[in-house]
Amino acid sequence: MSAGPAFDPAAPLTPSGNLRRRQAVSRAAELAATAAAVAAIAVLALIVYTVASRGAKAIDLDFIFTGYPTGVGPMLLGTLMISLVATAMAMPIGVLIALFLTEYAGSRAAGPLRLTLDLLNGLPSIILGLFVFALLVDHKQQSGFAGAVALAIIELPLIARGSQEVLLLVPKSLREASDALGVARWRSVLTVVLPTALGGIVTSTVLAVARAAGETAPLILASSVFDPKQFSVNPFESMPNVPVWIYKLSEEGNPEGFTEAWGMSLLLVSFILFASLGARALLARSKRKLSS
Amino acid sequence: MATTVSPAARVGRGARVSLRRRRFDRIADGALFGICLLAALIAAATIVLVGYQIVDGAAPAISKFGFAFVYETTWQPNFGTFGAGSVLFGTAVTSGFALLLGAPIAIAIALFLTLLAPGKVRGVIGPLVELLAAIPSVILGFWGLLVLAPFVQSKLEPFLHGAFGFIPIFGAQQTTGLSVFTASLILTIMVIPIIASISRDLFSAVPPELQDGAAALGATRWEVVRGIVLPTTASGVVAACLLGLGRALGEAIAVSQVIGAGSEIQASLFEPGDTLASRIALQFPGALTELHKASLFYLGVMLLVIGLTSNLVAQWVGRRFAYAGTVAK
Repeated sequence: MSAGPAFDPAAPLTPSGNLRRRQAVSRAAELAATAAAVAAIAVLALIVYTVASRGAKAIDLDFIFTGYPTGVGPMLLGTLMISLVATAMAMPIGVLIALFLTEYAGSRAAGPLRLTLDLLNGLPSIILGLFVFALLVDHKQQSGFAGAVALAIIELPLIARGSQEVLLLVPKSLREASDALGVARWRSVLTVVLPTALGGIVTSTVLAVARAAGETAPLILASSVFDPKQFSVNPFESMPNVPVWIYKLSEEGNPEGFTEAWGMSLLLVSFILFASLGARALLARSKRKLSS
Repeated sequence: MATTVSPAARVGRGARVSLRRRRFDRIADGALFGICLLAALIAAATIVLVGYQIVDGAAPAISKFGFAFVYETTWQPNFGTFGAGSVLFGTAVTSGFALLLGAPIAIAIALFLTLLAPGKVRGVIGPLVELLAAIPSVILGFWGLLVLAPFVQSKLEPFLHGAFGFIPIFGAQQTTGLSVFTASLILTIMVIPIIASISRDLFSAVPPELQDGAAALGATRWEVVRGIVLPTTASGVVAACLLGLGRALGEAIAVSQVIGAGSEIQASLFEPGDTLASRIALQFPGALTELHKASLFYLGVMLLVIGLTSNLVAQWVGRRFAYAGTVAK
């Protein structure tokens, strides 16, 4: 006649029946989530390990400082130059856009501009390759500059977004103090706001450079026909560069070329990993400093 | 007399200086505003110019093939016949598969980072997962070519064919491992960090009162996730997946290294294929005729349209989510 099992004060306090099932499901889900995280880290570790172990064999001083076939110096120099030119274009524009967003734009202008930046950020890099090809290469010649324009478009939204975040963190009290002294807007922007945010702006830029330095798709159309023996610093001709050379070697299927490509991959990956880890740590620190 | 003149003169000069300075300030203020506005306009102009140049480059192919280009499947550069059907298929399969596989893993990682991992572990694993996105695609593709593809060919293909061979997508083992399947795996690796980092930010913004309330009512951790965390962030997570999809659709280099450059539509994932982006990367440098180039530009137009659409839809879904969030509060 009783509706359920009788109350037993001596029963062990462990779940049974439905609750046990629910807890098992929950534990399984926790396990799956942990496994997913472990798997992602394992893939990263595997890739980095492969690149490091196979690339280390290729790298010595000659590899870095001489041209093909003993080294990849021209490619390193070219990538450095292209990145510099790209950053020289993207950084001022990016910072000015960030200033526009924080200092001048009302919500009506800020919305569309932010959307524009998001769309620029989402453009596939091969599209940018086609773009610079049509704009700067077609009927003329390939050039490191054309590649740099594409990389600048990749860097631009990253720099603008990063700088904007830091600029927003500049304490109101600094601006107000500057206003109270009767300082003009431009002067307080240039001498108070920007210097305060400078650290964050530079680290955002480094992150953007790290992102753009390994971009291959635009360079395949903009700067892919080059002589790997020749050091070149003229951005108005096709410049040797690391990503395209890795791509070419990987397509060729020659074991010696593979070793060389692993070596370049190791150099590129270590630059990118150190730059982005370092910049991230610095960025977190300067943000903490600004907001405290 | 002299004593009354000199302070007045000083005041006059000061006033004149401050007047001149004020005029200079006004000009400089205007100039700073002007160049900031100019920079913003450059960004807007860039996107318009990109669209214009791509469509302009595609014009010969558009006028020759019209809309039929989008679904025609023959691509024979030597005969001047071009159609995007097969690469469109390849793009859909690789990106869809990458999302199908990557999204659950990425969401699980985000849940692990927000709900399970202790602070220190979170501080290490979070950035590491994002570093996965920092690896250049050419290196990921190179790794895929030399490490992943042989593994897929010798281990995964026979296993999947043996276990699920009755489904036609798991066809017979191929000789190289360069296939739609390998490309999808590489794309999976690429979309995971994007979806994971956005979802993590969403999950950590879920009000703790709601989660604690559910837990106090006796919900297990999984039930809190299913009942509170996922429903409140659903549209944001969808937006994150769409952004990941945009990344997968547009990836050219890594895909072109591992997909094997096939030009037919095949049911088996283990056959070679091609995507919109990878075909452009593979064929553009060697394209000789204007029509071939224009057709590749046409692929670019399609890619641009699909990419911008997925991006805009993601923004729209994301904004809807933000709106719902403020109402809930």
